[in-house]
Amino acid sequence: MSTSVAAAPEPGAHAIRMQGIDKAFGAVRANRAASLDVLAGEIHALVGENGAGKSTLMKILGGLQKPDAGSLEVNGNDVTGWSTSDAIAAGIGVVHQHFMLVSTLTVAENIVLGQEPVSGGRFDRSRAISDVEKLSEETGLVVAADRKIADLSVGEAQRVEILKTLFRGARILVLDEPTAVLSPPEVRELWTVLRKLRDAGGTIVLITHRLDEVIDISDTITVMRAGETVARLRTADTTPAQIARAMVGRDVALSSRAGASALGAELPEAGSAQPSPPSSDLPSALNVTDLVVVGARGTCEVDGVTFSIRPGEILGIAGVEGNGQTELVEALAGLRPIASGSIRIGGVEVTYRDVARRRDAGLSHIPEDRHRRGLILDYSIADNLVLGLQSSFASRGMLDGTRITDNAGTRIEEFDIRPPSSELPARSLSGGNQQKVVIAREMGREFSVLLASQPTRGVDVGAIEFIHSRLREARGAGKAVLLVSAELNEVLALSDRVAVMYRGKFATVLPVAEATEDVLGEYMIGARKDSAA
Amino acid sequence: MTTGLREKLEEALFPPVVALLIALVCGDLLILSYGQSPAMVYRLLLEGTWGNAYGFGQVLYKATTLTFTGLAVSMGIRAGLFNVGAESQLAAGGFLAAMAGLAVSPGMPGILAIPICMVAAAVGGGIVGAIPGFLKVKFGAHEVIVTIMLNFVVLALLNWAIATHLNVPETLHTTEISSGRLPRVESFIGAFHGSAANLTLIVALLVAVAVWFYLFRSRQGYELRAVGLQPDAAEYGGIRVGKIWFRAMVLSGAIAGLGGINYVLGYKYYYEEGFAGGSGFLGIAVALVGRNHPLGVVLAALFFATLSQGGLAIHAFVPKQMVEVLQGVVILAVAMSVPEVRRALRQARRPAAA
Amino acid sequence: MNPVDFITQTLRIAVPYLFATAGGVLAERAGIISLTLEGFMLSGAFSATLGTYYSGSPWIGLLCGVLGGLVFGLIHSVATIRYRADQVVVGIAINLLAIGATRFFLQLAFESSSNSPRIEGFAASASARGFDNPLLWVGLLSAPILAFFLYKTPFGLRVRAVGEHPGAAESVGVNVTRIRYIAVAVSGMVAALGGVFLALDQHQFTDQMTAGRGFIAVAAVIFGRWDPARAALACLLFAAAETLQIQLQGTQLIASQFISMIPYLLTIIALAGVVGRAVPPAALGKTGD
Repeated sequence: MSTSVAAAPEPGAHAIRMQGIDKAFGAVRANRAASLDVLAGEIHALVGENGAGKSTLMKILGGLQKPDAGSLEVNGNDVTGWSTSDAIAAGIGVVHQHFMLVSTLTVAENIVLGQEPVSGGRFDRSRAISDVEKLSEETGLVVAADRKIADLSVGEAQRVEILKTLFRGARILVLDEPTAVLSPPEVRELWTVLRKLRDAGGTIVLITHRLDEVIDISDTITVMRAGETVARLRTADTTPAQIARAMVGRDVALSSRAGASALGAELPEAGSAQPSPPSSDLPSALNVTDLVVVGARGTCEVDGVTFSIRPGEILGIAGVEGNGQTELVEALAGLRPIASGSIRIGGVEVTYRDVARRRDAGLSHIPEDRHRRGLILDYSIADNLVLGLQSSFASRGMLDGTRITDNAGTRIEEFDIRPPSSELPARSLSGGNQQKVVIAREMGREFSVLLASQPTRGVDVGAIEFIHSRLREARGAGKAVLLVSAELNEVLALSDRVAVMYRGKFATVLPVAEATEDVLGEYMIGARKDSAA
Repeated sequence: MTTGLREKLEEALFPPVVALLIALVCGDLLILSYGQSPAMVYRLLLEGTWGNAYGFGQVLYKATTLTFTGLAVSMGIRAGLFNVGAESQLAAGGFLAAMAGLAVSPGMPGILAIPICMVAAAVGGGIVGAIPGFLKVKFGAHEVIVTIMLNFVVLALLNWAIATHLNVPETLHTTEISSGRLPRVESFIGAFHGSAANLTLIVALLVAVAVWFYLFRSRQGYELRAVGLQPDAAEYGGIRVGKIWFRAMVLSGAIAGLGGINYVLGYKYYYEEGFAGGSGFLGIAVALVGRNHPLGVVLAALFFATLSQGGLAIHAFVPKQMVEVLQGVVILAVAMSVPEVRRALRQARRPAAA
Repeated sequence: MNPVDFITQTLRIAVPYLFATAGGVLAERAGIISLTLEGFMLSGAFSATLGTYYSGSPWIGLLCGVLGGLVFGLIHSVATIRYRADQVVVGIAINLLAIGATRFFLQLAFESSSNSPRIEGFAASASARGFDNPLLWVGLLSAPILAFFLYKTPFGLRVRAVGEHPGAAESVGVNVTRIRYIAVAVSGMVAALGGVFLALDQHQFTDQMTAGRGFIAVAAVIFGRWDPARAALACLLFAAAETLQIQLQGTQLIASQFISMIPYLLTIIALAGVVGRAVPPAALGKTGD
């Protein structure tokens, strides 16, 4: 086992100090004057929503990226802009969210890769195994050294990843969303390991968006939002609601944004006029019963979800990402197979129908990932505006170019898509305009149910307003909308009812008037659960 | 010209131009190694191909077959599939065309016999194309390896059929057909006397036009290109990716098979062992240099045909094998420049604001 | 035909396959598609012929053959690794290039479009049936040697890691690019030995003398599921079929064409997963953007 280059710092000293970090990728500012202050010998949670800048900050720490501005100190030394090998040599070990393990090789082979013990030119397999077993015993991370990675459970594979870093002498461990793929008992095992490592003098940085874990395991919490560091809290002195508020950042963010007043006007105030909820004797537009969707690793991503949406209603799903929302929407859209349960659109059973049939039955879908799913980047705007609708723009097998161009012209104007040139490839549009193309298409056609997944992600403020008013229009026109958003204020601004999704189930479904941040926060961290949901 | 069009043209045209320049340099080196003057040899090459009617006729003849195989391969690539089986699809098509020609009554007028033989050719190629298509959709078998292996199997099968049953004794070809022949160009334009160029070239151009309409103006073509560009988005849009793959392989095979009529109906009037002569593989080069666009394919087919025929014209001075080396160089150069050009252009064009 | 003759002939036929297959397994385990084996063999055969002819020694010829394979191996690796060209297209280009270049230089050096003059080989006496040819023994040992390197050395471990999950290898400091370059260069040299054996065994170079053996080697790699031992067994199987085919020529038992189809049909069946799944290295073919 290689020895660490960095001397173990005394407790109380700063293991990591990042200040004023700026990092931009093209026009996207991933980090804006971000900071991180981690004391030696503590478990430090770094929290924030998707796109908050946590990963970028950690990549800078790990030497995978260099900051545009700012400083990085590790164990008191200025190491700004160092390389990955410098970082590894200094004792930084990163456990990635997507494991970097070779599944056809064994545990021991993966751990010693790159530093293989050699005897007489041959790979000394028995020494590798014994070294790994020794380390495994010392740290309490139990794994059989000669098993193939492909045969391990997720929890075991993660232990191998941790062992990999410890094998290279890591004293500062960074774990990126480690519990995203673990079951509750495996999470508890991980906590035991982390505590043991901390007690042995190691420093741990945990990137997570699960608020309950943050409370359970961490000593200190740093909250990031939109590239900035917005709060640094001692876990013992804070509450879930405080953390949630810092993550969502309504107060902090609003005052510094140009479109603040516009956004502010949209937020529901007590007693303000809301459209009256639709009459409950209208048949549901969307019925979902006991839906179960099983993920790649055999876990239940959607674990028995039941709900319905009436025409002229928006049901918003709040909840931190990774609790099954993505899988739920994909299963409803027909892009993911269902293990059991049923889906009915307007009373018509579509559980086993393919995507095209569901669209014909009146389903529209604004996908979460517009680059992968929602648009064909090399197709023109006009061609993208008929994706999924191409049959209705064709007669006798041939596309009607005039109608497609006219359609494009109408939509571009209606949705203010810029640049307003329908022959441009979608690739050349800004994120906001790309999203507008998707929305123009999905909401411009005949539909009765709309699945809107992160509809304003990566979209500028003016366009957000526009999209919100379109969604309200749809509700007013009697459509049923399922809104999934990581932006809590967006969910609260638009929905008639709010559901909270936690670990694959609906923890609750509340009328929006009752859904305050504090109440929702508790459901979101799993502290509360309604049996009726 | 709209920005979008210009971008597409840049990305499409740079690689072939780069490849051509590299090929020119390589050609110079090879010619010099033979102690000849490049300028003289190139001039001779052009004179022997585009400079006289016979040579030009030969160029047209060869380009015709290459157009079919090039279109076949590009159809597959547009759907995201790599069809390396054009060689056997071409052979199978020619074989079935010859069989059809022999099966119909000798007195049948051409207006009936020719279409029958053409359909037979397309069916022959289509069946060979369907096999890898089916295996890919059903089993996820990679079409590159399947088509490569199937080439050998089909060619061996055809060899067996010819050698044991259907050949004219002492030869490796079938009996000549009488109905179903396509007239040579020389029967219309006397200057082309002696060259193999025949009316198949009209068919080739028509097929190129048809492929263009199919890919860029039809609904199926829209779906096919979508699958080739972003299968996830196509799936999201309700397109059945597997169905498209199968259809693309069948069409690809059928187009390659149809190319068989150039030799069988238009030149020798029989099927002969080995008539494909590598045109199936060269079709890959044609598709690549032609950037998988029907117009590009036609131009690239003319280019490679010129090279091939030109090799014969310069044989007295430089071995015609130089042409084969240049073919390989061109393919390599285009393959290497496509990702490089794309990356360089994307870098240069990065939008100012996200 | 007596069994001993059958076995010796099968082994002799198998040697070029064994070399080419070993090269193919190595490169593909590192993640680079190897449709180039035909071209590697051909260039090895021609370079060996040139070398032997001008020096009079088959050992010099062997060295030249290896160099010829190295040159093409480098072309392959630079095009696919540095320039990220499509590996299948590059494979086809290299095969075409090899055919063209060998023909061109055949004409240039020997003024013939079909074959070179006679050259010395390794096998001296006819009675030894080729077993006095050192290359034959190296060929038969190529699979165990490769298996040793692949499974028992750190280099082999890294090759396997790079072919399965280059990101993982990169993250522990393994130089993925260097491993790939080495693997492809070596595969070129080893596959070329197959061509060297052919040329020296037949005592001349003939146009396109590899006659598709490189593709049989590809079939063996796949049918052998990218494992040196299994792939070598596949080579022996295919060689046995070929020996059978030669024996059956003239008899009316089964047409020889059908026997020649065996390797290809078996590979297609393997790909369809009918006899267990043929799963390639996970990162095979993925150097592009």
